[in-house]
Amino acid sequence: MARRVLLIEDEPNIIEALSFILTRDGWTVHTHADGATAAARVKNGSPEVVVLDAMLPGRSGFDILRDLRADPDTASVPVLMLTARGQEKDRELAMRLGATEFMTKPFANSEIVAEVRRLAGG
Amino acid sequence: MPDHASIGSRIRDRRQVCGLRQAELAAGVGISPSYLNLIEHGRRRIAGKLLADIARALDLDPTALGEASDGNRLRSLRAAVAAVPDLARPHPEVERVQEFADRFPGWAALVAAQAARVEVLEGRVTELSGRLSYDPDLAQALHQVISGVTAIRATSGILAENPDLDRDWQNRFLGNIRADSEALAQASRALVRFLEAPATTLPPSVSAVEEAERWLNARDHHIPEVESGGLPVDLPDGAAGDLVRAWVRRYAEDARALPLDAFSSAAQQAAHDPAPLARRFGVSLPQVLRRLAALPAGMGHPPMGLAICDASGTITHLKPLEGVTLPRAAGCPLWPLFEALARPGQGVRAHAVLPGQNAPRFLCHAVASPREVPDWDSPGLIEGTMLLTPAAPEVQPTERHVGPTCRICPRRSCPARREPSILRGEL
Repeated sequence: MARRVLLIEDEPNIIEALSFILTRDGWTVHTHADGATAAARVKNGSPEVVVLDAMLPGRSGFDILRDLRADPDTASVPVLMLTARGQEKDRELAMRLGATEFMTKPFANSEIVAEVRRLAGG
Repeated sequence: MPDHASIGSRIRDRRQVCGLRQAELAAGVGISPSYLNLIEHGRRRIAGKLLADIARALDLDPTALGEASDGNRLRSLRAAVAAVPDLARPHPEVERVQEFADRFPGWAALVAAQAARVEVLEGRVTELSGRLSYDPDLAQALHQVISGVTAIRATSGILAENPDLDRDWQNRFLGNIRADSEALAQASRALVRFLEAPATTLPPSVSAVEEAERWLNARDHHIPEVESGGLPVDLPDGAAGDLVRAWVRRYAEDARALPLDAFSSAAQQAAHDPAPLARRFGVSLPQVLRRLAALPAGMGHPPMGLAICDASGTITHLKPLEGVTLPRAAGCPLWPLFEALARPGQGVRAHAVLPGQNAPRFLCHAVASPREVPDWDSPGLIEGTMLLTPAAPEVQPTERHVGPTCRICPRRSCPARREPSILRGEL
């Protein structure tokens, strides 16, 4: 059975490209574009890995991450945080809130595939 | 009062600049070289005709030798030192600031002016940095650019890494790249427009608060248009204008409650004591303090300064008074203004004296009260108001030994000290 990754991102062409890349790598990719309902989607979908964009409509990725870590059902799900800002303070904030890994846009396709594999434990 | 050591230093420096030996200058003014030597080392008083003769021999105005540097210049120089968080070694000889200012008035003025300019420029850098971090238009433009680049990089990577991709997928991704590149071009143009914006759209070189205070200071905090029921028309633009408008609204309320002519004569009768004035007009003490500070020059009132702070102790409004240094934040907590914050509704009257020889004294009236009628479910906004009036130079039994900020305050044994002073000794 294919492993599940949930991609929380609001840019359609980034969603399409990442979905294609991860699907080819053997993942079942679910996508979600609304920040306000993203945490509930993680909880209900039980993905192995979450790829979470920092800037989303409705609710920021940082706030979503905080919600995920506060909920026992989602506290341990691996989260790869994506942000357009590579500033150290954003990285620190993401890691302090419990991100498993942090990646700055734009990224190479091979990098994100490798990170998702690594977070899923191989 | 002239400092004889400083006068002597200035005479010595000027003599050397003029290329004169002690004996030559002494002969020129009819005194012995040894007596001139004592003068130059501050061991003999000098004034009157001899001072004038020496000044003439040195081609100087006598006042240039006799006048010591004023307190504002010394405060500016100390503030210049305090503004540097990690002082270079060797440290500036802060304890000799008076001597420096007296001996090298031109250099001292330059240092003070440079420090003031550094402060303005640092404020501008902070504003620009804040704009880059928080300007919503810039953030949006950058987000669009980076999103476009990310999508194009990921999509083009797919095309490059999968040469066997079927034609439908290829066409789909090529279409995405085209759409993303068009969006990227638009976002790039928006970004360029933003970065090439003319200087007039950039933040001013001073903060809105400073600009608003300049506007009020230029009027000595008296607004004649409002006194006659009108409104000023030359308000600053932007945020500074908003601040001034808010103050003008408050000023107008005060002026309606305390009409100028009646209040002015009542203030004279009450010897400017705020409490009887508040009782007589049936208004709050803060309103009287604000109104006293707004009395115009030329009506026989003493100069009065005003400081208003919020509950954090940050000064939100300041009418300066000669000789007083009240930083906007992190000031000396011993000012009665901050004592009043601790017990709202209760007036605090106290004399305050700044550090230093011949330091000015002030009579302070302070009170704290809610800024507005509080809602049940929201925190009350307490505001402190303090009126400052110059006081006689005599020591008062209950006067408070206040200072500017700890870093440039020489009172080593002060119980309120938060951090060490950069000054090495008591002044």
